[in-house]
Amino acid sequence: MDFDFQFDWSAAFASIPYLLPGIPWTLLISFGGLAFGFFIGIFFGLLRISPIRWLRWLAICYIEIFRGTPILVQVLFIFYGLPQLLGSPINALVAGIAAIAVNSGAYISEIVRGGVQSIERGQREASLSLGLSRTQAFRYVIWPQAFRRMIPPLGNQGIISIKDTSLFSVIGVGELVRQGQIYIATTFTALEVYFMVALMYLAITWTLSIILRQLESRGIAGQ
Amino acid sequence: MTDTMSPTVPPIVRMQKLNKHFGSLHVLNDIDLEIVPGEVVVVIGASGSGKSTLIRCINGLEEFQSGTLSVDGNTLKPDGKSSKALQTIRTEVGMVFQQFNLFPHLSVIDNITLAPMKVRGWSRSDAVATANRLLDRVGIADQADKYPSQLSGGQQQRVALARALAMEPRLMLFDEPTSALDPEMIGEVLDAMRELAKEGMTMVIVTHEMGFAREVADRIIFIHKGVIAEQGTPEQLFDTPQHERTQSFLARVLKH
Repeated sequence: MDFDFQFDWSAAFASIPYLLPGIPWTLLISFGGLAFGFFIGIFFGLLRISPIRWLRWLAICYIEIFRGTPILVQVLFIFYGLPQLLGSPINALVAGIAAIAVNSGAYISEIVRGGVQSIERGQREASLSLGLSRTQAFRYVIWPQAFRRMIPPLGNQGIISIKDTSLFSVIGVGELVRQGQIYIATTFTALEVYFMVALMYLAITWTLSIILRQLESRGIAGQ
Repeated sequence: MTDTMSPTVPPIVRMQKLNKHFGSLHVLNDIDLEIVPGEVVVVIGASGSGKSTLIRCINGLEEFQSGTLSVDGNTLKPDGKSSKALQTIRTEVGMVFQQFNLFPHLSVIDNITLAPMKVRGWSRSDAVATANRLLDRVGIADQADKYPSQLSGGQQQRVALARALAMEPRLMLFDEPTSALDPEMIGEVLDAMRELAKEGMTMVIVTHEMGFAREVADRIIFIHKGVIAEQGTPEQLFDTPQHERTQSFLARVLKH
């Protein structure tokens, strides 16, 4: 077998200035979406363990719908579908952030539920026996411990959501993959450019992993 | 151990015809119980007899299905969820658990000051002063800034005792406070409880420490299958048990 093709490092490096502008968009969609997703997740995660049955069902419906459908379909629905309903177009950035928010929110709901339910029953009983209200018991005793246990799975979800934003090239938002596609359209250097795109995702997710490891080790020190 | 049996003192705990079911299991069956201020009551019985459930009803950690229960004048209704009376009772009744249940994310001092600050509305400095005094009293004044996981089981249980006392309870409940401890640490916890009894605290204690029970109790209650089968002074119950179930239970726990 004879390969003519060589990996052209100069082409790879040449693409960097064109790819870098995609990074802020990728970060903005990821972390913007995750910030909303976090609050959505807390909201539905707590509804999911509510003593009131119909609230639990509401949360289950939300989680099943947004965890059970592909995020690509969700963003296409929001960007192309919803405007027909609303009668006005939706900004691609807003659509991307919304898709990450509702999608990660469904997963984070389950993370929140698992975290809260993992706290031993005795913690709640001790709090109540001291006269704390149920709200105080949750706020000062249950939640701080649950949140610490939630950090690793939340970090996992963060990394997944960052990578999910690569799908949003289909709605034309100028994130990393989209920038790469535009550049390749004129240079035909797909190998080098997608390699660089992959490296840039790796740089983002790796940084996040390091930050999370720091957070975790600090969390354990306080136990 | 004062003479608390005089009929003029109104009881701090009054249970009448209390019934509790777990599904089809009848855990507590028509329990009548009165405890007067200053009294030390030890509840004994086999595991599954309902003794823990009995004291957990007193501060509403367990609901009951029928009967009445009043604690310091606050009446709990059957299946009552979070009533105002329940909230009042919980601020007046302290509890020490078998598994300590300290808050692992808080330092010893924060474990103790949390409830006085959030429930009683004390200032941080007042709460810390009280906490330090209590830690000194239970013999671990030097551990205030540690976290629960850095302490031995006996130390943790003494912190749990200090935490409950910080709320200045009128009544203390102990649910097998030494059952999760290594043998060499049981003594230090019992010593702290002994001190508390001497100071006149009203205490209801579920324990398997029969020597301790005989020493500190004003009254022993023997529970069998959710019924108070027999009760009396330690001498009556340990030396001349009347009920056949009491005799066989004591024979089993005292022979080793």
